[in-house]
Amino acid sequence: MDFAWMGWTVFTGIFFASIALFLAAMIAWEIARPGGAPRIGVLRFETTRGDRLFVSLLGSAFIHLGWLFFGGTDLWWALGLSAFYALAVFRWV
Amino acid sequence: MQRKHNQKAWFLVLPVFLLVAFSAIIPLMTVVNYSVQDSFGNNEFYWVGAEWFVEILNSERFHSALGRQLMFSGLVLAIEVPLGIFIALSMPKKGWGASICLVLMALPLLIPWNVVGTIWQIFAREDIGLLGHTLAALGVDYNYTQDAVAAWITVVVMDVWHWTSLVVLLCYAGLSSIPDAFYQAAKIDGASRWAVFRYIQLPKMKRVLMIAVLLRFMDSFMIYTEPFVLTGGGPGNATTFLSIDLVKMAIGQFDLGPAAAFSLVYFLIVLLVSWVFYTVVTVQDAEASK
Repeated sequence: MDFAWMGWTVFTGIFFASIALFLAAMIAWEIARPGGAPRIGVLRFETTRGDRLFVSLLGSAFIHLGWLFFGGTDLWWALGLSAFYALAVFRWV
Repeated sequence: MQRKHNQKAWFLVLPVFLLVAFSAIIPLMTVVNYSVQDSFGNNEFYWVGAEWFVEILNSERFHSALGRQLMFSGLVLAIEVPLGIFIALSMPKKGWGASICLVLMALPLLIPWNVVGTIWQIFAREDIGLLGHTLAALGVDYNYTQDAVAAWITVVVMDVWHWTSLVVLLCYAGLSSIPDAFYQAAKIDGASRWAVFRYIQLPKMKRVLMIAVLLRFMDSFMIYTEPFVLTGGGPGNATTFLSIDLVKMAIGQFDLGPAAAFSLVYFLIVLLVSWVFYTVVTVQDAEASK
């Protein structure tokens, strides 16, 4: 099958492979520790680890957009900030 | 007792997952790929990185379309929700009157979007439309094709006409679930009409109202067909909402890269708002079931 029409690049390939890896890791985590580890964190409502991944990814997207708006196209800082943000979400949300 | 987790049922979701992959995930991946490249057709792409995102996020055009979109959604919600509650409260609760009202309320929801646009386009025309002709006869200077305010009023009124019924039906369902005992107790206590609404009817409608607000916000935030048929985004860009602007960019100008970046920013805003609404609804559900 020819997927040239999708306009793949190395970077977008890495991006989607990372998302797929996150999902695979979440499945493995769920198999190892079933139940989704629900808890009430700083947001004061119950979240499972799937919710925390979603909040991390969505928040990271907005961190990148904010960086592009205020800081320019050097996104390594935004990536680092997003990693810290995701860790914080998984620790405290 | 130890709770048993059986995950095999997830395989039953596989056909739907494959369907969604073909209809949504693969197109979304393509949009992401396009958003970081420039294309002149013939499947030739040139890497530009995050330039289109910077361009879109800093463009006056995007800010204006977003502002118009937020204003439209805000106006629509501010009118449709109170009006929907008022109509639902005024509707008969039993008998043939209730059935007639429900059918009448459901009618606008059955009309396709492009037909609604066409109905209002003709209805509001000064030469052949009932509304436009009547307003002209009354001496009102109304021309939705040339006046931005008239165009906005027409688009908002059209949306209110089309979608208030949804809020009405949801609120009516919420009101129907209130047992008579609540009203009898309020009567014994000598509660005023306002107190009955504030302390009995409104709390019982809270859940359906949240769903109504969510549905109406999302739908109005993604509106395309009705204003496109009615005004084409005009006069000028007065009613060019996000989706109309996006289509102009992607199909009209064939700027696939900027349009892809535009769609992703638009998608993320929709996703964020949906998540907030979904969380509020589920948290309320959890609190109610305690």
